[in-house]
Amino acid sequence: MAGSAMTQISAITSMNLRNISERLTSSVVALVGIAGVVMVLIGVLSISAGFRAVLTLSGARDVAIVLRSGATDEMGSGLTLEQTKIIADAKNIARDAQGSIASPELYVIVDIPLKRTVTPANVPLRGVGPQAPQLRQNFHIVEGRNFTPGTFEIIAGRGASQQFAGLTVGNKLRWGTTDWTVVGIFEDRGSVAESEVWTDVTVLQGAYNRGTTFQSMRVKLTSPEAYRAFEDALTTDPRLNVRMFTEREYYEKQSRLLIALVSTIGTVIAVLMGLGAVFAALNTMYSAVSTRTREIATLRALGFGAAPVVVSVLTEALLIGLVGGVLGALISYFAFNGVRASTMNFSTFSQITFAFQVTPTVLVLGLVYALILGFVGGLLPSLRAARLPITTGLREL
Amino acid sequence: MFKHLPLLWANLGRKKLRTGLTLASIVVAFLLFGLMQTLRVALTGSPEMAGVDRLITIHKVAIINPIPLAYLSRVRALPGVKYATSQAWFGGIYQEDKNQLAALAVDVPSFFLVYNDYTLPPDQKKAFEQDRTAMIVGSAVAERFKWKIGDTVPIRSNIWTKKDGSNVWPMKIAGIYTATTGDNQSIYFHQEYLDESRTIGKNTFHMIIERLEDRNRSAEIARNIDALFANSSTETKTATESAFIQGFANQMGNIGALITGVAAAVFFTMLLVTANTMGQSIRERLNEIGVMKTLGYSNFIVSSLVIGEALLVTTLGAAIGLGLAALTSLGMAKGLAQFFPVLGMPATTYAVGAVLVVVLGGLAAAQPSMQAARLKIVDALRKV
Repeated sequence: MAGSAMTQISAITSMNLRNISERLTSSVVALVGIAGVVMVLIGVLSISAGFRAVLTLSGARDVAIVLRSGATDEMGSGLTLEQTKIIADAKNIARDAQGSIASPELYVIVDIPLKRTVTPANVPLRGVGPQAPQLRQNFHIVEGRNFTPGTFEIIAGRGASQQFAGLTVGNKLRWGTTDWTVVGIFEDRGSVAESEVWTDVTVLQGAYNRGTTFQSMRVKLTSPEAYRAFEDALTTDPRLNVRMFTEREYYEKQSRLLIALVSTIGTVIAVLMGLGAVFAALNTMYSAVSTRTREIATLRALGFGAAPVVVSVLTEALLIGLVGGVLGALISYFAFNGVRASTMNFSTFSQITFAFQVTPTVLVLGLVYALILGFVGGLLPSLRAARLPITTGLREL
Repeated sequence: MFKHLPLLWANLGRKKLRTGLTLASIVVAFLLFGLMQTLRVALTGSPEMAGVDRLITIHKVAIINPIPLAYLSRVRALPGVKYATSQAWFGGIYQEDKNQLAALAVDVPSFFLVYNDYTLPPDQKKAFEQDRTAMIVGSAVAERFKWKIGDTVPIRSNIWTKKDGSNVWPMKIAGIYTATTGDNQSIYFHQEYLDESRTIGKNTFHMIIERLEDRNRSAEIARNIDALFANSSTETKTATESAFIQGFANQMGNIGALITGVAAAVFFTMLLVTANTMGQSIRERLNEIGVMKTLGYSNFIVSSLVIGEALLVTTLGAAIGLGLAALTSLGMAKGLAQFFPVLGMPATTYAVGAVLVVVLGGLAAAQPSMQAARLKIVDALRKV
C-alpha cells in the first residue's frame, strides 16, 4: 500500500511538473514575487551582518577604554596628562619593551565630502599615541607609510579612503589653518578604525588648542579577566574621576541603536513583502488547481488517493518557492556582497564604514523563508484540490 | 461610465477568493509604499523641517569646533542679515545614559527673533527670558518624561564639566514650545548659564543661525558671511537650513535610493500579480464578452470595462493600504519619537499613490483590455 501511494505521488507530481509550462505566466509571477522578497530580506540581513561584523571585529575583550566619569563616548570625554600617566601605571596593563601598551587619544571630527554625494560628512580624526597600532588586533599599513610623530601627517583607514574624497596618499587637506598630508592607508581587518583618519595625538592637541589634555585612554590588559581588577583599581583611585568599558562593551553600546533600527525596519519590510508574495503564490496555486479541476477529479475517479493530490500541489508550490529563493539569493549575493557603504554613528556623531556581508547564514535564512512562502502558498489550494467532490469536479468545464 | 459600476462590482464578486487575494496583495503593496515614504522622510529629514529663510553658519572644519562669541555681532552687522542668534552643543542626558536629549545653549534675547515659527505662550516666554537657569522644552520631550512647567530637572552634559567637577546642570522648565517645523525634541537654555560654570569653552558656541531680509539672496549672503572670516584662525561655512538638513541626511547613507529600490521591487511584483489575475478573469469571460458585443457594446466600452475593473481593484487596495500605512505611522511616531523628530506619512504620498494606482491598474489591464477589444464575436461564442 505504501509502495502504491509512493507510485501515485510520483506519478501525479511528475505529471504536474511536466505540464507546469501551461501555467507558466502565473508560476513565473509567483516565482518573481518570492525572488524579490528573498532579495530584500538578504539585503537587509547583510547590512546588519556587515555592521555587526565591523563592531565585533573592533571590540576586543582585553582592551579597555577609559573615559571621564559621566561621559558616554570619547567625544564628550576629557582626561589630563597627569591622569593618563596614573592610568598607564595601573597594574593589570600589558607591557612591552616601550612600557605600558596604552594610547592616550583625542577624537575630533573633520568635514570631508562623501565621494557619492559630494556633501560634507563628519569623518573621525583620531590623535593616537605611539602604542596605538599594538592596541588594534591586526593593524598594518597597506599603502605608503605610517605618520611621523610631530608632523602634520595623517594616515587614513581603508574604509575612509574609499568613502570620502581626497584621502589618497600624497594628497594635502586643509583643516583650519593647517595643511595635512596623507602619507599612508591602513587596514585593521575591517574594524571601526578603518573608518577613521589617524595622526599623532600631540600634533592634534596643538592644532586643536587642547593643551596637554586628552579625551580617552585605550589600554591593553594582561588578560580579559584582568578587567574587573583594573576597573576596581581605577574607579577607587581618589586622583581619578573616570569610568571605563571594555572595547567590546563600548562598541556594542554604540551599535545597539543602529542594529536595532536596521533589524526592525528590515523585519517589518520582509514580513510585509512576504505576505504580498504569499497572496501571489496563493493566487497562482488556486488557479492552478481550478484549471485542473476536471483532471484531478478524473484521477480521483481512477482510484488515486487524496494524499498524492495534496503532495503534488504542495510540491509544485515548494518548487516555485525554491527556484524563486535560489534566484533571489544568487542575484543578491552578486549584487550586495562586499559592497561598501557608510552611515552615521549617532553616538559619536561621526561616520562609520562597513561592507554588506551576504554570509551563508543569511543565504540559508533567505532560502528557508522562500520555502515557507511556497509552502503557505500551496497548502490551502492543495487541501481544496483534495476535498473536491469527484462528481462536481467531473461536471466542471 | 458610472452606470457600469454595478457591473464592475458584480464582476469582482464573481470569484471572491481571487479578487480577495489580488486586493490583499495590492493592499500590502500600498501599505509598504506608505510606510517607506514615512521612513524615508524620517531618516533623511523633510525639507518641511527647515525654515525657508534661515541660514546656518558653522566652523569650516567641523560642526563640533567652537566659534568665538565676537562673530555673532559681526554677522549681525552684515547687510541683508535681519537677525542672528547663536547655539552651543550641550549633549543632554536625563537620568540614564539612554535618555539622550538635544540640549542647546542659546542666545536667549535673539532666539525667538530667528525662530519665529516656534510658539510659546507670552507668560512662559517671559519667565524663560528672566530666569538664567530656565529652559524651554519641546512638547514631545515634555510628554516623553512627563515634565511639567515649574519643575526643576537635572540635565547632564556629556560634553562639558563644571568647575566643581560635576556634569549636571539643574534647569527649571519655564515653558513648553511647539515648532511648526516639527522640531519638538529639543531643549533650549541660556548660554550664560553654561558659561558661568563650564571649565572650558567659555564665550564660544558652535552655530550661528541667521534670518534674512530677503530669502532670495541667501546664496549671496552665505558667501558674504564666510568672506568675513576668511583667512582667520576660525573660518566658517554657511548654508541654508534645508541644505544643512539634507547634508546631514546624506550622512545616513544612501537610504533614499535603497528605499526606492525596495518600493520598486514591490511594485513590479504587484504589477505582475494584478496583470496575471486580470488576464485570467478575462480569459474565463471571453464567452460573455462575446455576448455583450452581440448586444451592441462597442469595443471601446468593453475594453474600458476591463480597465475600469483593474482600476477599481487597485483604487480599493490603495485606499485601504495607504489608510493602514497612515494609522501605522501614527503608532510608530509615538514609539520612535526619541529617534525621529518628525514621523508621519508625508502628504505627497497620497498624490504619488494616486499616480501609482493609474499606472498599476492601467498596465495590468493593458493586455486583457486589448484582448477584449479585439475579440471577434464568432470566436468568442464558439468557445466553450
